[in-house]
Amino acid sequence: MVKPSEQSSHDSERTLALRLRVWRQLRGGEGHFEEYSLAAVPVSASFLEMMDMLNEQLIREGKDTIAFDHDCREGICGMCSMTINGMPHGPIPGVTTCQLHMRNFRDGETITVEPWRARAFPVLKDLAVNRSAFDKVIQAGGFITVRTGSAPEANNTLIPKSIADEAMDAAECIGCGACVASCKNGSAMLFVGAKINHLNILPQGQPERERRTLAMVKTMDDVGFGNCTNYGECQAHCPKGITLDVIAKLNRDYLRARVKDFFSSTGKARKGGE
Amino acid sequence: MKLDAKIPAGPLADKWNNHKAKMRLVTPTNRRKYHIIVVGSGLAGSAAAASLAEMGYEVSCFCYQDSPRRAHSIAAQGGINAAKNYQNDGDSVRRLFLDTIKGGDYRAREANVYRLAQVSTSIIDQCVAQGVPFAREYGGLLANRSFGGAQVSRTFYARGQTGQQLLLGAYSALSRQIGAGTVKMYTRHEMLDLVLVEGQAKGIVTRDLVTGEIEAWASDVVVLCTGGYGNVFYLSTNAQGCNVTATFRAHRRGAGFANPCYSQIHPTCIPVHGEDQAKLTLMSESLRNDGRVWVPKNSADCTKPASEIPEEARDYFLERKYPSYGNLAPRDISSRAAKEVCDEGRGVGQVVDGKRLGVYLDFSAAIKRLGESAIRERYGNLFDMYENITGENAYRQPMRIFPAVHYTMGGLWVDYNLQSNIPGLFVGGEANFSDHGANRLGASALMQGLADGYFVLPYTVTDYLAGVGLSGRPSVDRPEFKAVVKEVEERTHWFLNNNGTRSARSYHKELGKIVWEKCGMTRDKAGLEGAIRDLQALRDDFWKNIKVVGAGNQLAPELERAGRVADFLDFGIMMCLDALTREESCGGHFRTEYQDAGEAKRNDDTFAHAAVWKFMGEGKLPERHTEPLTYEEVQLSTRSYK
Repeated sequence: MVKPSEQSSHDSERTLALRLRVWRQLRGGEGHFEEYSLAAVPVSASFLEMMDMLNEQLIREGKDTIAFDHDCREGICGMCSMTINGMPHGPIPGVTTCQLHMRNFRDGETITVEPWRARAFPVLKDLAVNRSAFDKVIQAGGFITVRTGSAPEANNTLIPKSIADEAMDAAECIGCGACVASCKNGSAMLFVGAKINHLNILPQGQPERERRTLAMVKTMDDVGFGNCTNYGECQAHCPKGITLDVIAKLNRDYLRARVKDFFSSTGKARKGGE
Repeated sequence: MKLDAKIPAGPLADKWNNHKAKMRLVTPTNRRKYHIIVVGSGLAGSAAAASLAEMGYEVSCFCYQDSPRRAHSIAAQGGINAAKNYQNDGDSVRRLFLDTIKGGDYRAREANVYRLAQVSTSIIDQCVAQGVPFAREYGGLLANRSFGGAQVSRTFYARGQTGQQLLLGAYSALSRQIGAGTVKMYTRHEMLDLVLVEGQAKGIVTRDLVTGEIEAWASDVVVLCTGGYGNVFYLSTNAQGCNVTATFRAHRRGAGFANPCYSQIHPTCIPVHGEDQAKLTLMSESLRNDGRVWVPKNSADCTKPASEIPEEARDYFLERKYPSYGNLAPRDISSRAAKEVCDEGRGVGQVVDGKRLGVYLDFSAAIKRLGESAIRERYGNLFDMYENITGENAYRQPMRIFPAVHYTMGGLWVDYNLQSNIPGLFVGGEANFSDHGANRLGASALMQGLADGYFVLPYTVTDYLAGVGLSGRPSVDRPEFKAVVKEVEERTHWFLNNNGTRSARSYHKELGKIVWEKCGMTRDKAGLEGAIRDLQALRDDFWKNIKVVGAGNQLAPELERAGRVADFLDFGIMMCLDALTREESCGGHFRTEYQDAGEAKRNDDTFAHAAVWKFMGEGKLPERHTEPLTYEEVQLSTRSYK
């Protein structure tokens, strides 16, 4: 890993020759690594532009290109998802795969590129995986119920700036799944914790607070995500700087919701416990 | 082509309310019997799908991404306008309307723009209720900032990620409906054609991008919210997947395409760094508040480091040409000025394609005046992003910026109800043409997407359905569907089996270069005529030599790209033709023949209309129709920023 130079006016002239070990897999098939050589990669190129170059080379050779997910290429849509040299989104903290640039690699280096690896994210082809499990968790409760047109005047509810800022910190999650890919347990607690923190601390989110928490956690378990055992890899690889405290707060809200549910008129206590 | 804008009668301020009161309704128990297809899941699509489903209709929503949350609305940075007048600075619905009409250089439809300004306030209420974490003041009220030349502070924002937060709000509303079973969501599905039955839009044909399955879907109405066509330029700030296919396929089926030559070029983007670049990145316009734009006076200085060029050898060209607005001149004007100095050979940075295409955005004066920490406080994240992409530290040397394609104002022609000239085909968001005229103001795209999705389409689609009645939905076994499916299958098969030599990306790059050079920031007759010839030749070559690798039953990115580039090629020809026939300059459309010393010169007598193009057949040039723009309340005047 090379540190970005302060002055890189020679960027335009510098290129890299690379060896790439890339995971290839057809839908429903077994995967394997294939090795490729790629010359003359400008250090100013992004990692995905390097992959584009490799794919153009494969087309010239008449071979199938490497499928990978990407869209906005400015680090906000959350679609890009490569494990680079064993690290989701590669070696630079706080950036997505699409914002990683080749000046962070050495000439002659071998780079290993794999898909997100998690039980809940099956491989579709090569480096593209199915992350619809995230959508299912949101569909279970990651919202505030508000009918179109029924909203009250926006300034009727005062929200202290500190609360709004905290909600925004959590809401910055881009749903890329690096937290799951980096976790030994394939846990989605950072993702779910971020959404729970965003909605559960806002006044608008209070009426559905318990219901939301219970439904999202249940779905999270049902769709195959693992539990959190505090490795903290998710925080280290999150490109948006979501921190572990969202998991602590998720656990607190979950406990609170279970207790309230237990003692509620329709809850477990009334029905005689678990 | 019949182009009836269906603008309701009555005073401008009452049109929408009067119209709403007259529109037909569908009984709650009957709503579930109607099936609505929404294509696209950005702000307009998600908002429309969620709102219609919650009313009780059966909705199917399609997107090409792996989740509706990825749509490119997510990348909008600055904010969303609304006429709340929370700042007590004289804002009103009327003022927002006037600013938007003027910003569009008097080429938008008055009644649509007024409605947009009217519903803007409801959008903020809706989003706040959904939990969108807008910036707030210490007292707990919503904060605003000023934006894009307006004289009032009416822009609501969530840090530099307003689009992300608004889209996540709409996505959460959509997700709630998906969870409730009222919306069926089809991700990684690309719409490849529109199906008409007896002249009405009654369904679509899609390709499942994962399995390759080509399927027909029947509905009572089709709503396209599929975004703009900025990627015709190859390099733009759009996402990689953004494409014109859905709207262009609808155009081929008879929908008029309005004003394709109107594209917005944003002045502050990170310059192109090399031939293999695939994407341009926007740097927020706010940087021009503290940065000074310059190039060397002498082209011999262009290869020297900025620090070795003395003050007297620098040309602060925006301050020189527009002394009253200076570095904050509007987007179209700043962009053209930067292109001009680079064309004179005074650009800076890397040589790409034989030219240095970049100008300096210099913060040294602001750092000296305010200190580095103040600048870091204001723009730290942008400086970090710049360093991440370019490897340069903008606290020590000036940033380099250059204009890039950012938004497209043209789109499918729609009437006041957002219905195209094909009955049953509605179009929302950037995909339609109606609200921004020839130039869009900052923070207005998010406003329009959500206005269409939450507050216009649910009413107008209902009115249409009430008129169609309950026997409207055909079966996909009808010959009309089978014929379109067969066409799509044949085209897909042809791509996969053509024994060509060139990749789709290489054609896309060549297309992009032609339209950027000839139909970009400045246009002229000879250039546009040449571009049309070049594009026709490129198109012919494409249909002989395109090479598509991959299999039809797997994810096949090359197949997707080839289909999109094919439509972009035809679209590019139409865009140049539109630019050629609009013999005036207005907003983002600058014809060098029509100017007053560098400023756009409109011709209101001849061109105060929307140009609407009709498809005339494969390989033939489209036909130009017009919708006159009649202004009841606004006086047309010249925009001047000197």
